[in-house]
Amino acid sequence: MRGVRPVLMAGLVLMTAACSNMQPWVKPYERDRLADPIMAWDRDAISSGYLDHIRESREGSRGATGSAGGGCGCN
Amino acid sequence: MKLAPARRAIGRAATAAALLLIRATCADVLPDDRADLFYSKYSGGGMDITGESVAVRKKFTENFAISGNYFVDKVSGASIDVLSQASQIKDERIQKSATLEFVHDKTTYNATYQTSVERDYRSDTSSVSLKQDMFGDLTTLSLAFANTVDKIGENNGTAFVPVITWLGHASSRSYDIDLSQILTKNLIGGVNFNVITDQGYLANPYRSVRFLDAQNPAKGYSLASQTYPDTRTSTAIQFEAKYFLPYRAAVTGSFRYFRDTWSIVGKTFELDYTHPLSNVWILEGRLRYYTQNHADFYSDLFAFADEYRFEGRDQDLAAQDNYTIGAKATYAFLPNGWKIFKRATVTLDASRITFHYKDFRNIKDFGLPQYQPGTEPLYQFNATVYQVYMSMFF
Repeated sequence: MRGVRPVLMAGLVLMTAACSNMQPWVKPYERDRLADPIMAWDRDAISSGYLDHIRESREGSRGATGSAGGGCGCN
Repeated sequence: MKLAPARRAIGRAATAAALLLIRATCADVLPDDRADLFYSKYSGGGMDITGESVAVRKKFTENFAISGNYFVDKVSGASIDVLSQASQIKDERIQKSATLEFVHDKTTYNATYQTSVERDYRSDTSSVSLKQDMFGDLTTLSLAFANTVDKIGENNGTAFVPVITWLGHASSRSYDIDLSQILTKNLIGGVNFNVITDQGYLANPYRSVRFLDAQNPAKGYSLASQTYPDTRTSTAIQFEAKYFLPYRAAVTGSFRYFRDTWSIVGKTFELDYTHPLSNVWILEGRLRYYTQNHADFYSDLFAFADEYRFEGRDQDLAAQDNYTIGAKATYAFLPNGWKIFKRATVTLDASRITFHYKDFRNIKDFGLPQYQPGTEPLYQFNATVYQVYMSMFF
């Protein structure tokens, strides 16, 4: 029970923070670098989805990279 | 210089993106409309696959968009374990998808239907997702669910006169939680967590197990159908970070850990470097390393027929390492726009992948009398993947 309490407290703080008018530590006008296209997680979804499909057809691992498309890759 | 207008266009795009991000503190917005033409070619391990795709994404109001994608894969040749027992294959896969996107305040809702059809395989996926910006837009939380139903068949005819036998169905459910966090003015972090459960016919009908067989003196072994478990549950977690360097360039690092109820544990490490040039080019290089152990019912050679209840010799269930080195160049053009298009980019992407198997042997090229069953050289091959695509924004 002692171990659960900090987790509950952290959850409570997070929930309260989500409802409050929280001040971001990186202000919107400080995000010009983050808005640069080179900082996008995935600039070309079709291309990365295709590479994921190739990998998932040849590796045992899957998931946690975005969608990989359907199909069997049986051949 | 003729490139000046293009630079200005990229500069305007970056400013617009920054403004959109600032505006996102008030409400989330949908990205620009775009159309993509895509061509790809994969060669390796005896297979050639070409892919062609067209995708269009269009906003109908400020908070509602529809997108569609049509993708055709053409396969010729076959992988080593298919060639070890059967003739070459020619096949085509057609994948279509449609997505609806709706934004309300800081929440983006997404619904997608995707269908993928081959002569001997059909896959239908319905998915929904929700993305929420919070904590002053420093944090983005995404939740996604996908349900897939597959129908699996086997072509017992030829490439030109197919005779399809339908073997069964499989269903799959995928649950995703993604968290993206702005950490500093130059650093973004992300965590993706995914669970997939499968049920039904999960084996690959074109691949076989082999077992020692004294009744077959020419080879010393015989082949038989694979028998997979009917269920599989996998868990994957990926950590990633993207950093804006002191000069205008970005570096991305990621690590993914995967495990499933077939006892496969996989680890993926990836490092990307992105470097713009003259505001017209974006150059990207990437390195990827992947390693996994084998599934608990996998063996390259079983001692006798039906040795175990579940048996597999599919090469993607074998222990393996693979290495990828890749490069990508994106060129921005139409800086002043053309007709309805505001700007456009063309991209060339090339990857080289080297696969090393640790317990999957090359029985196509090696065998008796030089190699006793189970002593053939381990299989390895190289694959190249080329992609060329044009994106037009409007």
